[in-house]
Amino acid sequence: MNVLNRIKSPLASAEVKVYAAISGVVVLLMMVFGLVMRMTQGQMLPIEPGLFYQLMTAHGIGMVAIAGLGGSAVMWHFLGKYVNLRAGFAWANLAFFLAGVVLVLGGIFVGGFAAAWTFLYPLPANGMGMWGRHAAAAYMGGVLLVGVGMLLFYLEAARAIIQQYGSFAKSLGWHFLKSGQDAPPATVIASSVVTIINILAILVGAVILSMMLINLYVPEIAIHPLLAKNLIFLFGHVFINSTIYMAVIAVYEILPQYTGRTWKVYKPFVWAWSATCLMVLTVYPHHLLMDFAQPLWMHIMGQIISYTSSLPVLALTLTATLGMIYRSNIKWDLTSALLVLSIFGWSAGVIPAVIDGTIAVNQVMHNTLWVPGHFHLYLLLGCMAMILAFINWLSNQEKAQGFSALDKAMLWTFAISAFTYALIFLMSGQASVPRRMAVHLPQWVWYSQAASLFAAGVVLSSMVIVVRALAGIIKPVKPA
Amino acid sequence: MYQQVAWIVSVVLIALLAIAFIYVAAHSSKNGDSAKVAAATGRWRNRLLLGVTLLCLPVVAYTLTTLPYARHAISNMGVVEVQAKGYQWYWVLSQTELPVGRPIEFQVTSADVNHGFAIYGPDMKILTQTQGMPGVTNVLRYTFEQPGTYKILCLEYCGVGHHTMMSELHVVAQ
Repeated sequence: MNVLNRIKSPLASAEVKVYAAISGVVVLLMMVFGLVMRMTQGQMLPIEPGLFYQLMTAHGIGMVAIAGLGGSAVMWHFLGKYVNLRAGFAWANLAFFLAGVVLVLGGIFVGGFAAAWTFLYPLPANGMGMWGRHAAAAYMGGVLLVGVGMLLFYLEAARAIIQQYGSFAKSLGWHFLKSGQDAPPATVIASSVVTIINILAILVGAVILSMMLINLYVPEIAIHPLLAKNLIFLFGHVFINSTIYMAVIAVYEILPQYTGRTWKVYKPFVWAWSATCLMVLTVYPHHLLMDFAQPLWMHIMGQIISYTSSLPVLALTLTATLGMIYRSNIKWDLTSALLVLSIFGWSAGVIPAVIDGTIAVNQVMHNTLWVPGHFHLYLLLGCMAMILAFINWLSNQEKAQGFSALDKAMLWTFAISAFTYALIFLMSGQASVPRRMAVHLPQWVWYSQAASLFAAGVVLSSMVIVVRALAGIIKPVKPA
Repeated sequence: MYQQVAWIVSVVLIALLAIAFIYVAAHSSKNGDSAKVAAATGRWRNRLLLGVTLLCLPVVAYTLTTLPYARHAISNMGVVEVQAKGYQWYWVLSQTELPVGRPIEFQVTSADVNHGFAIYGPDMKILTQTQGMPGVTNVLRYTFEQPGTYKILCLEYCGVGHHTMMSELHVVAQ
């Protein structure tokens, strides 16, 4: 059965369009923050370290949140074709999101909070005069509000999936492994995994944020820093990975329209997603490999699962995407090209990420620019390319369009700029340039100067893509 | 050494990936038999999974034989102990002149927030690192092979003075 035949409703709902529009606008702003940071490190802008670290905090939390919102738009839109989602929960999520963003931005740009998006305990309570506890509370309270909204979103997704399929076991396709009959759609399998892991991750995040909020005002109630770090990275790792798992649904659903081939669910695909469900929850210790006081088994588990967790879904999605387009007479346009590019970006980013998950490598790469190198590959060239493709597809009435010269120019500008930008991060990392530093040593400055050029290319191309797409969403062109 | 290995392996594998995408994209405009392509895709998927498994298994196994965690390291014979404590934004070390060729045991902790204790060589490449965490002592062992001036940089973001948090170690021949 063709994927399109299963779709119940014709075009995107209002909440999906609003999610997409906000995602497009905010991602541009966050990209500009990234460009300003690289130019500052390249000594091309006279930004004070205090402001640099505020921008760094805003860029980090902003990108994580907007990848979450953009991914949610993709998941809500396509999951809604298979299960009955209630729009009120999407609007409630958005209300919490916007309230949280106001608090976060207030904490950062009014209160001066700059403890990085990871709010690593006990830094938020130790601003050394740069920010006070109210600013820290505004930031962490804001993140908590965003989390509450997301939790409502996933609880509604869980309810709808279970109502439609009977249980997560069925929506994950476990019955299909036995019988080979009635496989759920790829979208439902991916959405089930994201729903399960993100409900757990957000609850963990809410626990540590609540504990840290209490600690801000009652310092006597202290938290063990190693426990806090474990909880923060469990939450953060799962949440950011989930953004890709949501956004990749765009590849599963949209690409078949361009090739006329179906995204077939087969047993390895079901196995891979179920394995991912477990492994993504247990891989986070690879962020703590340099915390030598962690139990040894957690270090070893972190390394082994780093290798195993990324590969199943990625290898299957990678080969299936290439098989989807090979000799398919695909209709190339901006949407389809961005979707194919996104799978390249995701796959490419996993390579240095897995290598960094090796303890021996991590010992000389941890917290260098190698880290933003790999995550900019799979988040900027991967996840963001998926979200940009989705927004562009929405703006074109969910159909293929022509591939204009401007589209091609922007696609190649984005692809080359984003790839080279990430590559310079990796090159800097292998030269031991630290991440999260406002000022670099003189011998490291040229990396940032070169990176700024390509960051500008990313901003320019994304701006053109987003502005044109938003114009199409706000004022759709009627078909002739 | 690991920096170069990581860089070269990453570049080579990403290049192979790019070649695969370019090849497939270049052969996407013709119509092929979907059933045959699907079967070939399945074969390539299995090859990829098998190849990645065969490549990764020995790498994982080998690299797990050389863990940096000191409690599993060698004996305490001849070890020089150095206490290192991080503050916003400086290091306090019990000694900064260290001998060549003898194992140094850095007992790293923090007085306030999380810090990163990274030792840079004279060429400003990272040699080793651990975290400095309040209430926790991380034990890092390292033997300097060459005399010279080494730097300690904080690699865990610790506030507005993070980038200024550097100290020096002087490694001398005995």
